[in-house]
Formats: sequence, structure tokens, C-alpha cells
Amino acid sequence: MSNALFLLGCPESPVQTAIALYLANGLKRESIDVTVAGTRSAIALLKVSDPEGNYVSKTVDLDSCIEDLAEKKVDFDLCFVFVRNDAGISYLSTLNSISDAKLFAIVFGSDADALASMIDFECEKIVYKTGHNPVPLKNRIDRVMKWDV
Amino acid sequence: MKYEVLLKNTSFKECREYVDTNFKEVYQVKPGYKMFDVYLIGVPPISIGVDGDDVIFPYTKPCYGTFLLRIRGESEIESLRKG
Repeated sequence: MSNALFLLGCPESPVQTAIALYLANGLKRESIDVTVAGTRSAIALLKVSDPEGNYVSKTVDLDSCIEDLAEKKVDFDLCFVFVRNDAGISYLSTLNSISDAKLFAIVFGSDADALASMIDFECEKIVYKTGHNPVPLKNRIDRVMKWDV
Repeated sequence: MKYEVLLKNTSFKECREYVDTNFKEVYQVKPGYKMFDVYLIGVPPISIGVDGDDVIFPYTKPCYGTFLLRIRGESEIESLRKG
């Protein structure tokens, strides 16, 4: 594995930025190059939290990312889609259709269980009903990723 | 580009049901299908309606859910009909 895409959703929940940076750190330690796609606000939250790019060095506009994937100009080994609402499910399904990456769904927020039940295709689901505290979701990520420490 | 919003802040499922129920000419496409220089986001199959010279299709925004839009699009209709 050499590269990964994070596809961020609506940044309304503080869990998203924390988990994205945590996951980027873990992947970087395994020499996996991370690119983050998201809305302007979601990317700004990451850049303000990681001003020197210690965890995330590449960011792309969400629409441009979808275009490049759909046109087969780019693809990734791993893709982590952050799902907090119905739109997140739409983006996850789209990634499943247009990318060959191993797909991970990071599902959180108050509707996490209902959203996870809507995923009817093969992908790794990491699910926890939380909007503010990232620790339970982090623990689930640790279980799935089995980091080489 | 002029457009009409038929449904707003809704889900992909509601948009699909609305198109399937309210339009006689309906095409199903995969996510990533290109229309009006945008790539459609959604859960397959994505239903696109045709009504006269207008196409009716879902448009998803990460923070606001899915909108169902009606836009005049003769060339898009031609592409849909050609399959």
C-alpha cells in the first residue's frame, strides 16, 4: 500500500477533523501517502490544526477529486470516506463505483447505526455513535488498522 | 444556468422515488455519470427524469444533503437516450 485518500464530509462534527489527523498520522508512520479531499471548510479545519503539514501534506477540492476519479486520471490504494449524514452515504457509494481502492467507511454522529445499515456493498465499516468524543471511534480504528507500532 | 429546485435538503432515496414516480421517461445511471460538467454523486442506480427539454437529476452537497434539480438540457437528453 502506498497511498490513501480521505474523503471528508460535512465538518459540523468535531470528531471528523480529530480522526482524520489521527488516521493520517498512523498511515504516515507506515509510509502511506495521504491526500485529503473535502469542502473548503473541512480542508481549512485540517490546515489550521496542522499548519506545517506534519500529518497531511496534500489536499484537493472535493469536486475535482471526484472528477479525477471518475475520469480515471487518478486512483488510490486505500480510501476512507467519512460518513455523518445521508450525503456521506452518497459519496461512499460513489467512491465504491468509481474507484478500485480498498474502501473504509468511517461512520459517526447521532445517526451512525442507521447510516451504517444503509451500506449494502463490501467495505470495511468503522462505526461509532459519537459527535464530540473521538476516543471510541479512534479505538475502533486501531482495531481495524492493526498499526505496526 | 437556470434551474428549478424540485426537492431540497433531502435524501438520495427520496430523490430517486420522486423521479421514478413523477416522470414517464426515466434513465438509470451509475454514480460518476457526467451531466452539465458535474459528476453525479449517489447510490446506484441514480434515476434521471426527462420531461420535455428538461432533465431532472439529483445533486448532492456534503453539508446540505441532496437536491433534485430540473434544468433545460437537450444535449444531455440526447446522451441519455443514446445510452
